[in-house]
Amino acid sequence: MSQITLQNITKRFGTVTALNNVSFEVKHAEFFVLLGPTGAGKTTTLRIIAGLTKQDAGSVAFDGQPVDTLPPADRDVAFVFQQYSLYPTMTVYENLAFPLRAPLRRMKEEEIRKRVTETAEVLRISHLLQRKTARLSGGEMQRVSIGRAIVRNPRVYLMDEPLSNLDAKLREALRVELSHLQRTQGSTTLFVTHDQIEALTMADRIGVLNHGCIVQVGTPEDIYDRPATTFVAQLVGSPKINLLNAATDGGVITIMDSDVHLPACELCTDPANLPCEFILGIRPEDVRPDPAGLFAGEIALTEPLGVETLLHIRIGRQTLVSTVPGISPLSRGESVRFGIVRERLHFFDRTTGVRFSE
Amino acid sequence: MASTRVEHAFSRVGPGFAVVESVRVDQITPRARLGITARLILSIIIAFVMLIPVLWMAMTAFKARPDATASPPKVIFVPSLDGFIGLFTNRTQLSAAALAEQQQRTDLNFWERQTLARGMRILGPSKFVSQLSNSLIIAISSTILAVTLGLLSAYAFSRYDIPGKRDWLFFILSTRMLPAVVVTIPIFLMYRAVGLYDTHVGMILLYTVFNLSFSVWLLKGFIDEIPIEYEEAALVDGYSRLQAFRKIVLPQCVTGIAATAVFCLIFAWNEYAFALMLTSEKARTAPPAIPANLGIGGIEWHVIAAGSMLFLIPVVIVTFALRQYLLRGVTFGAIRQ
Repeated sequence: MSQITLQNITKRFGTVTALNNVSFEVKHAEFFVLLGPTGAGKTTTLRIIAGLTKQDAGSVAFDGQPVDTLPPADRDVAFVFQQYSLYPTMTVYENLAFPLRAPLRRMKEEEIRKRVTETAEVLRISHLLQRKTARLSGGEMQRVSIGRAIVRNPRVYLMDEPLSNLDAKLREALRVELSHLQRTQGSTTLFVTHDQIEALTMADRIGVLNHGCIVQVGTPEDIYDRPATTFVAQLVGSPKINLLNAATDGGVITIMDSDVHLPACELCTDPANLPCEFILGIRPEDVRPDPAGLFAGEIALTEPLGVETLLHIRIGRQTLVSTVPGISPLSRGESVRFGIVRERLHFFDRTTGVRFSE
Repeated sequence: MASTRVEHAFSRVGPGFAVVESVRVDQITPRARLGITARLILSIIIAFVMLIPVLWMAMTAFKARPDATASPPKVIFVPSLDGFIGLFTNRTQLSAAALAEQQQRTDLNFWERQTLARGMRILGPSKFVSQLSNSLIIAISSTILAVTLGLLSAYAFSRYDIPGKRDWLFFILSTRMLPAVVVTIPIFLMYRAVGLYDTHVGMILLYTVFNLSFSVWLLKGFIDEIPIEYEEAALVDGYSRLQAFRKIVLPQCVTGIAATAVFCLIFAWNEYAFALMLTSEKARTAPPAIPANLGIGGIEWHVIAAGSMLFLIPVVIVTFALRQYLLRGVTFGAIRQ
């Protein structure tokens, strides 16, 4: 296993800049998740690391050694594709054995058999070994695909949205399995996804990518509790964070177009650092309906989800989303009082969207 | 209850529908059975109508000369090998005296007696066997060349960024935009100048060039359909580009290769105009040779039919052998878009 270092990677496709000066590091035995919306450049990053795409500028290094000139075969990485890309003319066994049979490895058939059998056991696909890949279910295909990666102990695992083509239940199951596998094998993994839940649940660290730029790198807690920009704040968390235009005169923060005035004391940030107008971020779980709450509003919509209920609270011309556990007795049109957890507010610049640091 | 269920099952039966439930055969309603039978009979009738010319050719091949030209045409006749004898031998008409002399002989074999019955004597074998083997050599070699070269360039066109790719592809296609016959005279002059006239190499080269445009375009379509992810997976799995091509792409476009090969083979096998112009003795192929039997004293239809039938057989065999590949789409499907 090894570590990956990306330095100032830039890649253009025609006039489109897919990656702009991207640098980050994946540490030894780390589960690193690259999170971003479609078209952010996540897959391009993986392909550059694997050597399938050539970067225009910058350098990729494994364990400090640049690999930029090496062809994909010599980089010893395993790539799990979004579309499982199992070889359709081969059986599951042949698919798993395929990387081991590569001419550059010269592995004996016995050793191949041993490794394939072991891998199949780990992934619980032993009963499928003689099956043609076209006759597998989606979950089975993705297991085989992961198996083809782990069968050869590569230096690095690169996974390109491996769970996104699966149905929700299967995705949850494989998410747990994949996490467990990574912890037990201690493998360096770079996992690409647009799904914030996958990122938050599986990652040791997350890198957020937007329009080809790294916006923030940090642990899931960092990303969720201290998002660097409004983009990151909106990307993680479901339901989405409430972002509201707000103003302050030093002592009191006012949410615009509403009658909500927050006393500025007890805030996590020094109000003196804030400009007079900014964007206020409030996570839905920090808006708490409470008969003794400071603020009043009207329920505009309720979305009962079972575990929790989403309340859309109208305050003036703004709407706040709040999550409460269980099924809420409140219904549309009722007036409600609520409190806001003031220690957990987020402040962002109105034009750049950048967080005001504490 | 049970009968409505069967009705439902049969309303969705056919090649376009997945088999969702099996139906017990003894439960097929008389109406459904009638429909199946009617469709079968109709297909047989259509197939028969389509095959009448071929059937007529086969019948003519086994007719004696008077039967072949009889009017009205004979459907029932005494089979004869006259046509084949005519095809494989050169004969001469005997005078009455020579005929009587020949009839005295007892050492004649079956074929010679057959010929003698028509008042002729076999002089020796005709060139048909060598012409047929010329056809085989030229058609097979040019097919192999056209498919191999076509496959490699189709792969390149499909996978690499080649400068001016679209222009090149159009240029390749444009070689088909002219009726081939138009260029026979220039090619004849060129071939004569460089010594390719009436040679196997010349004909192989010519048919390869003609088939290449077709082969490149057809195979490119097939390779385009193979997702590039398969090869990329092979590349990171430790294979070189060429190894990935051999191990991954080749097995997946067997269908396309087979289809292309059949089309190229049929073209090279059937080609008439160039063969007529550019060959004479050594490299003459069967197509221009068969109608040369238009022969002495009237058209020898039974000989022409016999030649055409023998000529048809290899293509039928190849097409039949590769028919499972011609139904494409067997290997596609393991990738989910």
